[in-house]
Amino acid sequence: MKLSTLPALALLIGLGAAQAAELTVSAAASLNNAFQELAPAFEAAHPGTKLQYNFAASGALLQQIAKGAPVDVFVSADQATMDQAQAQGLVKREQRRNVMSNSLVLIVPAASTQPPRSLGDLAQPAYQRVAIGLPASVPVGRYTQQVLQAAGLWTAIEPRMIGANNVRQALDYVARGEVDAGFVYATDAALVPGKVKVALTVPTTEPILYPAAPMAGSAQPELAQRFVQWLLSPPAQAVLARHGFGQPR
Amino acid sequence: MGSSFSGALVPLLLTLKVAGWATAINLVLGIGAGLLLARARFPGRDLLDAALTLPMVMPPTVLGYYLLVLIGTQGPLGGWLLQHFGIRLIFSWQAAVIAAAVVSFPLVFKAARAAFETVDPQLEDAARSLGLGEAAVFFRVTLPLAWRGILAGLLLAFARALGEFGATLMVAGSIPGKTQTLSIAVYEAVQAGQDDVANFLVGVTSLTCIAVLLAAGRLAPGRVLARG
Repeated sequence: MKLSTLPALALLIGLGAAQAAELTVSAAASLNNAFQELAPAFEAAHPGTKLQYNFAASGALLQQIAKGAPVDVFVSADQATMDQAQAQGLVKREQRRNVMSNSLVLIVPAASTQPPRSLGDLAQPAYQRVAIGLPASVPVGRYTQQVLQAAGLWTAIEPRMIGANNVRQALDYVARGEVDAGFVYATDAALVPGKVKVALTVPTTEPILYPAAPMAGSAQPELAQRFVQWLLSPPAQAVLARHGFGQPR
Repeated sequence: MGSSFSGALVPLLLTLKVAGWATAINLVLGIGAGLLLARARFPGRDLLDAALTLPMVMPPTVLGYYLLVLIGTQGPLGGWLLQHFGIRLIFSWQAAVIAAAVVSFPLVFKAARAAFETVDPQLEDAARSLGLGEAAVFFRVTLPLAWRGILAGLLLAFARALGEFGATLMVAGSIPGKTQTLSIAVYEAVQAGQDDVANFLVGVTSLTCIAVLLAAGRLAPGRVLARG
């Protein structure tokens, strides 16, 4: 390449980025596949808009936002993380909406011959390693901890916990057969049907509801609000339902 | 959260253990590979050199994935170990050692190769002419002459092993007290919003690395020549 073409190339790249209005959405890791499928529909309904996703554990996303990450919309997998964001004045509380629901499941590798029939079975020696999202920053881990504590099993199972940094890492550990069992959302378990099987659907002590809210510091407040509302629209909910998410209650 | 400070010492000790073992492994493998590449002439020598340097430039997550596939319980090596010896490497501190050793290996290998290449072959020939065997020539002439350069490489590798993150997280996970090294503990403290714990761990890590780098700088071969 000739050196003189470089500025032209830089200009091209710069123009491409500047043309579309970018909306940055920080969303819980469990939303990855469903949100990837939602993007074209939203972009088609809002010409000139480009969605930028940032997926991680909800707690990690909150820390990025609190440290000044330029985000327009935050979608958390639990109420507690969004409550913290709200308490710090990071999101617009009056535009916060619950946009979908999920359920917690106990999964085992597909090759597992005797899956646990109750949570109590996890205390048996066969289950030496149990993948659980780290409760300090991963909502699915916090739901799991609450359930196990309520069942009086936490102290027995905590020493066997393999901490995962987000729900998809927990899923991967089970799918690879590196752990004997793991706790993920029903929607995650459905992604790799040949590699994991659901042993139990675990009733949680609080419903698993995903809240979404526009950020207080968004440079595009109207578009951010529209995205949150659009998530509740029938076409968006249809895509979410196809990925296993329930209606927000 | 004040009690977390004493808890922060656990990852520090574990990190020193992991980096120490990784460096010990590289002491043997790195010196061996360095000597081979410095002295032996064989086809594919440049290719081997490139392959052994690869971990230095490859993303740690790529190395971590390779290791996960290799030493995982369904991997060729991991499966064999599990079947014949009942050893599960994944999620153990030994897995963290393997990750740290692989990532820091090129630093020892490169330093050792360069150090061996600076040793004057005439000195080794003189030793041979005085009746020393090959092993004696290596341990009494070659190694002492190359030692400073190798030691500097070992210290750099130790510092690199202290900070290993990506590959370690993938194969060793994050089990407090067992596989949660300093860098992973920092990552988690930041994710959980525990800034005071993160600050403390970051300070400890930085001081340790600076001390190691200062020591490595003092041992660098260049200084010997400058003084001599």
